[in-house]
Amino acid sequence: MSVLIFADQFEGHIKKSSYEALSYGAKLAEMMGTSAEGLVLGTIKDDLSSLGKYGVNKIHHVNDASLDHLDAQQYAAVIADAVKQLQATVVVFSNNLSGKAVAPRLSARLKAGLVAGAVALPDLSNGFVVKKNVFSGKAFAQIAVKTDIKIVALNPNSYSITMVDGTAAINNLTISAGSPRVKITATNKVSGAVPLGEAELVISGGRGLKGPENWGLVEDLANLIGAATACSRAVADAHWRPHHEHVGQTGLAIAPNLYFAIGISGAIQHLAGVNRSKVIVVVNKDPEAPFFKAADYGIVGDAFEVMPKVIEAVRKLKGK
Amino acid sequence: MKILVCISKTPDTTAKIAFTDNNTKFATDGVQWIINPYDEWYALVRALELKEKDPATVLHLVTVGSADTEPIIRKALALGGDEAIRVNADSHDSYYIAAQIAEIARQGQYDLVFTGKETIDYNGSSIGGMVAELLDMPFISLAVKFELAGTTATVTREIEGGEEVAEVNLPMVVSCQKGVAEARIPNMRGIMAARTKPLKVVDPAAAETLTEIVSFTLPPAKAGVKLVPADNPEELVRLLHEEAKII
Ligand SMILES: Cc1cc2nc3c(=O)[nH]c(=O)nc-3n(C[C@H](O)[C@H](O)[C@H](O)COP(=O)(O)OP(=O)(O)OC[C@H]3O[C@@H](n4cnc5c(N)ncnc54)[C@H](O)[C@@H]3O)c2cc1C
Repeated sequence: MSVLIFADQFEGHIKKSSYEALSYGAKLAEMMGTSAEGLVLGTIKDDLSSLGKYGVNKIHHVNDASLDHLDAQQYAAVIADAVKQLQATVVVFSNNLSGKAVAPRLSARLKAGLVAGAVALPDLSNGFVVKKNVFSGKAFAQIAVKTDIKIVALNPNSYSITMVDGTAAINNLTISAGSPRVKITATNKVSGAVPLGEAELVISGGRGLKGPENWGLVEDLANLIGAATACSRAVADAHWRPHHEHVGQTGLAIAPNLYFAIGISGAIQHLAGVNRSKVIVVVNKDPEAPFFKAADYGIVGDAFEVMPKVIEAVRKLKGK
Repeated sequence: MKILVCISKTPDTTAKIAFTDNNTKFATDGVQWIINPYDEWYALVRALELKEKDPATVLHLVTVGSADTEPIIRKALALGGDEAIRVNADSHDSYYIAAQIAEIARQGQYDLVFTGKETIDYNGSSIGGMVAELLDMPFISLAVKFELAGTTATVTREIEGGEEVAEVNLPMVVSCQKGVAEARIPNMRGIMAARTKPLKVVDPAAAETLTEIVSFTLPPAKAGVKLVPADNPEELVRLLHEEAKII
């Protein structure tokens, strides 16, 4: 019996969202009185023993270069073998982009119930019940997993990382990985930018900014505080910004610590993707904009007058 | 080429979210239903484009749902597609639904199965991956671009911080999102034609459910917005730093 946490990597580095999954899995193992063990696939550049600081006792590493790129089919087969070898009873994923590819496959392969999009630790008082996000952030559901093996995919930014003193023991796990049926021919990274799904701070602009030439107001603030940039669907549809920045019910759903919305009306579909943010700040010239009802802080004013002053004040604060 | 597109019925994006039966059921009173936007705008439209390029392509739609999903599947047929299959079952368990779709896909020997990236009600983004596993097919999730040359697909998918291009031989399963296609509006001819397109109803295959919804809750209401005067934006920055401790 153990909790096995899949810590996924990109180009040899463990993703931040997986640190959350490790922390979550470690806490869950403690609740269940069992051990927390990580699973890492492919060639790794990081020091894996340092993952112990997220509370896991052991890291199992399938050090096989054929697993360097994500092929959901191959990954699910390898993870399923690891689950059996290690007799894991709970498997934790981050519900990040690779978690969304692999966790469902593993669920079908093992016939193990999956809760995709978990936002809290399971309630073990009556079975295994996990709170997840439904209706695009407008509600939560408590889902009972009925199978012996349980799979939880944790939404990014839903569980705070707790650090402990400790190093993890590394166990090289031998599992025949086969070969991928998906051939990766190119990787295009958005250089330097913070990935939106993992970002703790997000600055977002709407149609109120009038045109792409005014995005300096969004980007300057984002650069000063190390935030990712986002936009409303109206903005992505107008091709002012790339579509991967579109947040909302039909875009990316995010839950950063700060969501700073400039010139966005706060339509219900937009709110659905951002209302789990911890602190929402709205700058809008219309006092009736629906976004103010969902905001924690706001300024009723013209973004072109307000934002340069905000940026200046932040610059001073940061000493830049 | 045979393509199967998975279609799901979801509440309209503006629907009021409330629950009944001691918070165990979604309150459907007065709710308008739509085709799940990812299924309609991206999965279905990309499949239609492939059929337009190669008219010999057979395009079928599948939905798992009770009789009240029929207006939705007719709406989808109005955009295009040769026929639809409705598996007569009502479930919220992803594995059960995926097992039904996999069974249809197996019988129909499809080369390509398209799903939307997730449904906007249960947000599982699980069906595509599960169907692929049950069919032992490759799966590309969160595709933003899909090109086909013969039986080789070149698919661009979203990854954290960028995109990745993958080459895959059919058959395969793809979950589609924004970028794959541009949403369309059905025309009168499509709507008329949809009325007479075959809509087959089949009984569900035996399958287990692995999960169960125990209850729903709504998020707590916000305390209310703290407004800062427009002539003093420095105060906003101070509050974010000292009170919210966020920057
Ligand atoms: C099925 C469906 C799904 C959808 N999904 C999404 C989704 O996922 N994400 C999404 O964002 N939208 C979505 N939408 C669209 C949504 O309904 C809105 O149309 C969209 O969010 C509006 O974008 P906006 O706020 O940028 O623009 P607008 O609605 O045009 O609002 C602009 C705002 O800027 C303010 N403003 C103007 N000038 C200034 C200024 N100088 N200074 C300050 N403020 C100013 C205005 O007061 C206004 O509030 C969806 C719609 C449908 C029907």
